[in-house]
Amino acid sequence: MDSNHQPNYKLNKTEKKFLRKQIKAKHTLLRHEGIETVSYATQNLVVANGGLGNGVSRKQLLPVLEKFGPVDALLMPPNKPYSFARYKTTEESKKAYVTLNGKEIVDDLGQKIILYLNFVEKAQWKELEPQALPPGLMVIEEIISSEDEKMLLESVDWTEGTDNQNCNFCKMSCYCYIKHKPDQLTINQYEPGHGIPAHIDTHSAFEDEIVSLSLGSEIVMDFKHPDGVTVPVLLPRRSLLVMTGESRYLWTHGFCQPLFYETTVGIITSDVGDLTLSKRGIRTSFTFRKVRQTPCNCSYPLVCDSQRKESPPSFPENNKEASQLEQEHVHQVYEEIARHFSSTRHSPWPCIVEFLKALPSGSIVADIGCGNGKYLGINKELYMIGCDRSQNLVHICREKQFQAFVCDALAVPVCSGSCDACISIAVIHHFATAERRVAALQELVRLLRPGGKALIYVWAMEQEYNKQKSKYLRRNRISQEKKEEVNSDASVQGLLVEQMPDMDNQDSASSVSSINDFQEGGCDSRKVMNSKLPIHTNRTAFHSQDVLVPWHLRGNPDKDKLVEPFGLAGSHDPSPVFHRYYHVFREGELEAACQTLSNVSILQSYYDQGNWCVILQKI
Amino acid sequence: MKLLTHNLLSSHVRGVGPRGFPLRLEATEVRINPVEFNPQFVARMIPKVEWAALLEAADTLHLIEVPKEPIQGYEHDEDFLRKMHHILLEVDVLEGTLQCPESGRLFPISRGIPNMLLSDEETES
Repeated sequence: MDSNHQPNYKLNKTEKKFLRKQIKAKHTLLRHEGIETVSYATQNLVVANGGLGNGVSRKQLLPVLEKFGPVDALLMPPNKPYSFARYKTTEESKKAYVTLNGKEIVDDLGQKIILYLNFVEKAQWKELEPQALPPGLMVIEEIISSEDEKMLLESVDWTEGTDNQNCNFCKMSCYCYIKHKPDQLTINQYEPGHGIPAHIDTHSAFEDEIVSLSLGSEIVMDFKHPDGVTVPVLLPRRSLLVMTGESRYLWTHGFCQPLFYETTVGIITSDVGDLTLSKRGIRTSFTFRKVRQTPCNCSYPLVCDSQRKESPPSFPENNKEASQLEQEHVHQVYEEIARHFSSTRHSPWPCIVEFLKALPSGSIVADIGCGNGKYLGINKELYMIGCDRSQNLVHICREKQFQAFVCDALAVPVCSGSCDACISIAVIHHFATAERRVAALQELVRLLRPGGKALIYVWAMEQEYNKQKSKYLRRNRISQEKKEEVNSDASVQGLLVEQMPDMDNQDSASSVSSINDFQEGGCDSRKVMNSKLPIHTNRTAFHSQDVLVPWHLRGNPDKDKLVEPFGLAGSHDPSPVFHRYYHVFREGELEAACQTLSNVSILQSYYDQGNWCVILQKI
Repeated sequence: MKLLTHNLLSSHVRGVGPRGFPLRLEATEVRINPVEFNPQFVARMIPKVEWAALLEAADTLHLIEVPKEPIQGYEHDEDFLRKMHHILLEVDVLEGTLQCPESGRLFPISRGIPNMLLSDEETES
């Protein structure tokens, strides 16, 4: 149309018609849907006629909208004849507004549909809850083909590490939707019945944008706002989940994949339609994140670990809080660090080996909290079964051909009295109340037959005993020496002295001393209620019995599922920090806990390299 | 999951107690994993096996020739011990489910790993 070239052109007949229709759409939206459009340009557009309610799918609409710039979020409310699009800039949304108004697209049934666009203020997003997607969230369907999905799934080698070629391929698909170049990839598999509890990816550990590719099976991810609003979001196979802004920083996400879907899952975010499913398949996710190098400065300080003055979790006041603390600061952390953790746990401790070798041939032995299974194959004359709370660690055991299953140490699915011996190595110190620690010990004893023996190891508060420093402390000096020589020596992994980058030294020191003062008087932890848990400095003495111990995650492509496919090696040191909760035991404390158990006699109680240890026997 | 492991597992759903044994096994994928035969080891396992539970599990896997009970003098019966070695240690359930006989709760077995994790509600007393 040559009129386009004239600065003050007159509207022709068709254009006038479009304008009328556009105004009509505007009124309809206001009257029927309460959506108020504005006359000035914003980043947000309401696309009348471009909705699921009139047969337009995300797959069709998104490419049309993306011609004018990346779409930050495309919200398609179910059964509505409109959708919302948010661009990164007003320029882009303006371009879309000018070009797309009155434009024809063809819907699923081949019918022509004319789009009418209007600007809206951001406020509209909230009013649409609970159907609206959390702000900053996007689900792009069919981002890859079935062939590519198959290729990717086949490329995941759970023992060797994943082919970089394919990671690069993934990267290509995901790049279009994010600003930052990810430098970390985590691959997870979720069997039917498995899931991941609601969480926010640690602010200080990763940049704003987090993208996740879902392969193999679809799931419904629950997004929760702190106010209590829950938005279930369907993530179909081959879709890409993009979390930015509020959805990444403020909303928690998690899912539990049922073994079977008993009912039909309705339309959740989009046009996937009717999903009557029988047995669920395995979902594999490829999650790309960029490691943050500086403290987080998001606008959600309440949930931001960088901006909170005190360390996040408090000392638990009851069983429920203790369970939550363990969930967040034990279970989730081990799940995240499993591969790296396992790569640092290869040498069995001599006294534990000795205990296992001394058991009669043909003994049935359970390792409760078996981690990567380093004790499961020590003595071939035993029948050993292992269990752990971390699915990823149990997978590692299985890769080594060991018998292992997933469970909690407070509820072990093994017949009472069926074991000739049990071991519990570095497990009981992860329970957050004295009651829970005793319950875990009692559960261990339940498994034993009368006469059966249990070996228990917990981390000691006293890292220096009989004037001898434990290996844990001694390695601090070694690692510092090494650090000067070779900065990135793999053997120093996780041994460096770590300090929270955002923690004020002064602050942590003061909280430590107050707890320490109190504990001189005894071990009754209830009195330290409401105090925040101090963060321990790795490879130093403990100043408090209840602490968060940092773990610096390293992605090692050789041993790890955390691959760094983007040629970042050597540039800097991407190392997200996770905090594990520990209750370190004082001298006599483990023994005292064991004495409260029924039907038990203590055979031996000793100190071994920074651990308190007990061997007990069921009467 | 080997059948000897299955023989030790019991449902831990709250309130179920000893009625949670044995877990009902259903397998969709089973592999035979050769394991070196150690007659003394197998002989030591025999008295520890809950025989009825083993028979039930072997039956759902359609394993034939499972002895109805340990025979007299099995310690020196190589034929018997080899059979038991195969059933207890070489049959490996890769995919399937375990079901609590009392509550009906299903636990998945996937890639050889039973997931016996309960929710807080299922364990709280």
